[in-house]
Amino acid sequence: MTHSSANSGSPTKGKSLNLQQKRVRSAYMFLTPMIIMLLVVAAWPLFRSISFSFTDASADTIFNGQSEWVGFENYLERRVRSNGDIRWRGVLADKDWWVAVWNTVRFSLISVSLETFFGLLVALVLNMEFKGRGLVRAAILIPWAIPTVVSARMWGWMLNDQFGIINHILLMLHLIDSPIAWTARPDTAMIAVLIVDVWKTTPFMALLILAGLQMIPRDMYEAAKIDGINPFKVFFRVTLPLLKPAILVAVIFRALDALRIFDLIYLLTPQSGSTMTMSVLSYREIQQFGDYGEGSAMSTLLFLIITTFVLLYIKLGKLNLGGEARQ
Amino acid sequence: MANITLKAVRKSFGSFEVIKGIDLEIRKGEFMVFVGPSGCGKSTLLRLISGLEEITSGDLMFDDARVNNVIPSERGIAMVFQSYVLYPHMKVYDNLAFGMKLGKRDKSEIDTRVRKAAEMLQIDHLLDRLPRQLSGGQRQRVAIGRAIVRDPRVFLFDEPLSNLDAALRVATRLEIAKPHHDMNDVTMIYVTHDQVEAMTLADRICVLRDGVVEQVGTPAELYEKPNSVFVAGFIGSPKMNFLTGTFADAVGCTTLGIRAEHIDIVDQADATWTGTVVHAEDLGSDHFLFVDIGADEPVVVRRSGKLDTGMLGQVVSLRPQAENLHRFGPDDKPLG
Repeated sequence: MTHSSANSGSPTKGKSLNLQQKRVRSAYMFLTPMIIMLLVVAAWPLFRSISFSFTDASADTIFNGQSEWVGFENYLERRVRSNGDIRWRGVLADKDWWVAVWNTVRFSLISVSLETFFGLLVALVLNMEFKGRGLVRAAILIPWAIPTVVSARMWGWMLNDQFGIINHILLMLHLIDSPIAWTARPDTAMIAVLIVDVWKTTPFMALLILAGLQMIPRDMYEAAKIDGINPFKVFFRVTLPLLKPAILVAVIFRALDALRIFDLIYLLTPQSGSTMTMSVLSYREIQQFGDYGEGSAMSTLLFLIITTFVLLYIKLGKLNLGGEARQ
Repeated sequence: MANITLKAVRKSFGSFEVIKGIDLEIRKGEFMVFVGPSGCGKSTLLRLISGLEEITSGDLMFDDARVNNVIPSERGIAMVFQSYVLYPHMKVYDNLAFGMKLGKRDKSEIDTRVRKAAEMLQIDHLLDRLPRQLSGGQRQRVAIGRAIVRDPRVFLFDEPLSNLDAALRVATRLEIAKPHHDMNDVTMIYVTHDQVEAMTLADRICVLRDGVVEQVGTPAELYEKPNSVFVAGFIGSPKMNFLTGTFADAVGCTTLGIRAEHIDIVDQADATWTGTVVHAEDLGSDHFLFVDIGADEPVVVRRSGKLDTGMLGQVVSLRPQAENLHRFGPDDKPLG
């Protein structure tokens, strides 16, 4: 498709298309179903969500079309009271929102860093040749394959303050004096969420990095072996630089997931202010308070934050998502 | 700088034996080529000498010291791989210096050696480039440079030219021959499946087949006195003609071998064989005639000069030169 300029403005008139034009036309034919699909399931809901954020839609008005256009009031609104006081309203003036933003960013940074680190370790081990490697590779995927609902419940039980095995073990080892209500206490709730998320998604990270590792030719390591370069230097000077593209892609996948995390937190630490993320807050606004306008404004802000982050990341990381040959 | 001796060397992967007992002496400063069809174990043998693979049984000696258990980096070897193995994120200079830099050598010494090697291979103008900005031939020269910089006792080449196209292959062959002339005390071992490469580069050739040595000798020895049907067929292009049955019986052997240039076209009265020219190939300087004399395959006859197209379809009379017949017995070994 990059050569279309050479063929554009072709003098042939009427039905006879040249080869390039035919190719472009059939490409569009193949793409059409997917484009329609994306318009229906992605573009339209996104557009609706953004447009709701500029209305006062609530559970009562959202379906009968009686909601009113309110401009940016859901985001930020300046109100002057009768006594002359100025009050700011809207998502951007909401303390809960900023707590949620901080929670989300904190969660994303820590979880993705830990997952990258452990994922790299696991990938390096799985890249070695040993007996039963195929079995271990499959086994390591189990946490990733378990539905979040199940793993959240499972961990919730394990972290339980009265019956949980984790408290039991910690007590036996005399690491704590009394059981900790991991998921309920404000100071440990985030730790609990992080533990479960790292456990759950490290396999995914490991697999993506392993794919990158396997792209590095064995000759590279053999040449280093003959040169007598010590394994640590080989890792930092050869493996890691060559692995960088794979790690960057893996990190962005995980970061996107982490920034919009909802299910695990909603299930493991419901109602806890210390783990409330942007998605959870937006959900609460819409489902519990029926405020579709402000909830949509939150979703829209979340969308903007993620988009900005991705664009920056691609630019700063010089990430090549186009898949063009690097040679 | 090293004599390499292999004594009854064997290598198995699991229960599968790849190298089946090899005795071989590679002399100091010699250019030795391992050649053979794919799967004959030539690359494995090289990897055993490099230390990248462990020897299952037997002895590997460098200058009378057993090195079976010496790690690769302490054997004083340098290896050039088929896939070049340049680090894509490092400039050519750093690729050349990488092995030494980490060996904690003096910076100015590294610089002198890198530049000297670069000059020798005429890649000194490429030192600031990344590998992806180089052509295939240039990359292979950098790879050779990396080996030279290490100042090894033994150079190992693992099919270094097979990723290059035909023209570059010839040019790079010269590049490889050059360090051999310049550093004539360095032992070189070169693995290839291409018998032309073997013939042009080698001081001596070791023909391998199925994990054992078929024959070791100079290119001329292998060409003139092959000691098996396999070597006779493997060395030389076009392939030696092999005749069996009555053709072989006539000279008292099981298989009769005769090279294309050792068959003359003669008058009908002097003919040993007669047949029709079924195909011809013109190479310009000389040409090949494929003559069907009633054997399993047409006999190839090499003649100098341009092809006379009128030859096609003609019946010709052939006579093999009696002094250049290769007579092999039922065990595929030469007779008397």
